[in-house]
Amino acid sequence: MADIIKKEPLIRIAKRAERSNKQKLIIRLLSVLLAICAGGIFILILGKDPFSYYAKMVKGAFIGKNAASPFMPFKETIKIMIPLLISSLGITLAFKMKFWNIGAEGQIIMGGVFASYFALYHYDMPHYLLFIVMFVAAMIGGGLYGIIPAFFKAKFDTNETLLTLMLNYIALYVIDWLTKGAWQDPESKGYPKIARFDLNAWLDSLGGVQIGWLIGLVLVVLVFIYLKYTKQGYEITVVSDSHATARYAGMSPSKIMIRTMFLSGAICGIAGMVQACGTEHTLSTSVAGGVGFTAIIVAWLANLNPFGILVVSFLFAVLEKGSTVVSSEFVLSPYCSDVLQGIILFFVLGCEFFIRYRFVTRGGRKND
Amino acid sequence: MKVRRILALVLSAALAVTALTACTSAKDEASQKSADKQTTTLSYDTVKIGVIHIGNPADGSGYTYAHDQGIVGMQKELGLKDDQIVRKNNVSDSDPAATETAIRECIEEGCNIIFGTSWGYMDKMESLAEEYPDVYFCHGTGYKNNGKNLNNYFGRIYQARYLTGIVAGMKTESNLIGYVSAMGSENSECTGGIDAFAMGVYSVNPDAKVYVKVTNSWYSPTEETNAAKALLSEGCDVIAQHCDTPNPQLEAESAGKWGVGYNTDMSKDAPKATLTSTLWNWSAYYTYQVKQIVDGNWKCENYYGGMADGLVDIAPLNMDICTEDMQKAVDEAKAKIEDGSFNVFDGVIETNDGKTVGEEGKTLDDATITGGINWYFKNVEVK
Repeated sequence: MADIIKKEPLIRIAKRAERSNKQKLIIRLLSVLLAICAGGIFILILGKDPFSYYAKMVKGAFIGKNAASPFMPFKETIKIMIPLLISSLGITLAFKMKFWNIGAEGQIIMGGVFASYFALYHYDMPHYLLFIVMFVAAMIGGGLYGIIPAFFKAKFDTNETLLTLMLNYIALYVIDWLTKGAWQDPESKGYPKIARFDLNAWLDSLGGVQIGWLIGLVLVVLVFIYLKYTKQGYEITVVSDSHATARYAGMSPSKIMIRTMFLSGAICGIAGMVQACGTEHTLSTSVAGGVGFTAIIVAWLANLNPFGILVVSFLFAVLEKGSTVVSSEFVLSPYCSDVLQGIILFFVLGCEFFIRYRFVTRGGRKND
Repeated sequence: MKVRRILALVLSAALAVTALTACTSAKDEASQKSADKQTTTLSYDTVKIGVIHIGNPADGSGYTYAHDQGIVGMQKELGLKDDQIVRKNNVSDSDPAATETAIRECIEEGCNIIFGTSWGYMDKMESLAEEYPDVYFCHGTGYKNNGKNLNNYFGRIYQARYLTGIVAGMKTESNLIGYVSAMGSENSECTGGIDAFAMGVYSVNPDAKVYVKVTNSWYSPTEETNAAKALLSEGCDVIAQHCDTPNPQLEAESAGKWGVGYNTDMSKDAPKATLTSTLWNWSAYYTYQVKQIVDGNWKCENYYGGMADGLVDIAPLNMDICTEDMQKAVDEAKAKIEDGSFNVFDGVIETNDGKTVGEEGKTLDDATITGGINWYFKNVEVK
């Protein structure tokens, strides 16, 4: 027995001591460089020139060829960024508590559904009142949907990852049901879709982009302050470390969990309302469109820092927007740009592993 | 203190961004105004056309391919260069954000005409038409028209469906003909197509029945296959279709039965099964429309072309499995449609719920055909 325990595997993975910030930066830059090289090989295989491909991709996210409004692509990039930014902020609250909320997708949808009810059936109230009503409705919709898994976890210690994940699909089918049933556009002549919202329910635009970007910026600051400088934010940190400690300090972990998940879901719900009323101008099954999952990557890459999320979600939007522009410019299938995005993400996410862990070979150094 | 410092920092950053974007949009507007004068006169050198496809032209068959062949035909006919066509492929028409992004990207690249080929693009095209009054928006298969720069195009595909019904009615041995339809009776385009087909069947074979199976999607490869399978197991021996992929034809072929294709000549997909196909020749429309706009003759009218315009047609019969008699019957009916003596929905028509529509000596008007056919012809059964 003793022999077996002593025997070390050829290579094993060990957690490494914290790297210095400079080292971290170098590793991250290196990973981006490697990603660009690997992606470049893929582009070469497709028979295109990688240099002009990348150049067009970056340019495509900022400046267009239309002389009349050259900054259209930049506005589109911001539009892609808005729901991503807001929902990343939402899940950050839950993640800070080590509550694995994989259900942003569902919470976005529920926010969209609640807001859409007013956009479809009560659009005749004054514009700004309608905006506030939709905003609050979206928060309640997303928040309640976030409470469900928190309640079950607090009460029965269920697994929140599975519960939030599966609630996503229920939310998706709720929209599907509304589209083909109660909310179907009566003028659509049989085609299953929900009517376009009345102009009064559209979000205003500021600087040529829907107001959602400002809501996002404000939320960045609010979430930052909430987590860092409020008592409730402190409670989240304590609960994340240990429920026992929290109880010992006189806090109620269940209450904190439910409250935090309400806020997490509520912020995701805002993302849904902003997407439905600001960008889509209707409610469709694509209102979340995978944003809730991408938000998880964004939040992690940003180390759950709201200002980091602002930067990372912008970079994600640039990547996505640039990819679609370049794929039609180079006459490639849209799937090619998905592959390329995947390659880039693989490297960028992979490098986080090397920041936190190291390989130890048998007989190698024991201390790091 | 720290909080306040951070707040100040962020607020000033936000202000800076606002000022920046506000400033760019002011610039946009200014340049928009100067561009107005340039874009009012288009020429064959400056026209740029954006096409929003629901599928991928590289599929080589079906709806998107048919439209893209139309674009290619128009490009050749008018002598446009490759970079004057911008294609956005695989744009889901149930995803408004993706639709908007695709259309905006076309405008970003300087397109002045946008063709949206699928039904669900309609609402986004309507809002963007308001936002870009200098760009011409043409939407296929829908019904909206803003009287300024958004019109609608479609065609009398029912004429061709009537002819393919004749072929199916003469071919069937079990007297059961299957029909895979994208949408149900609420949709006039699908329902009118089924009725025209069923009337064609009835004209040569009053005993045959047409079984309809609805997929509830314009493009759903799996559902289309499943619907065809179900119809074959009901005993149908000819499978007609109103959906985007050739899957129903392939299903019929593997069951050793026959079929009637749609959009493109599907006898190249299923040479042993496809008797004939209902064809769109979209280049007739695209050429006409681009010409109208460039030559300064744009009238914001809906386009509803037919067999006489060369927009719809029946594919050459697959003579390995068709007979001379079928050809003769098709030719006779086609001649009557082309000279206008027969309009398919003529006179009193009996429906499958025992009622009648239409009046003796009259024919249904276009508004009814495009939006008001919600009944099935008497030999139709929905499965």
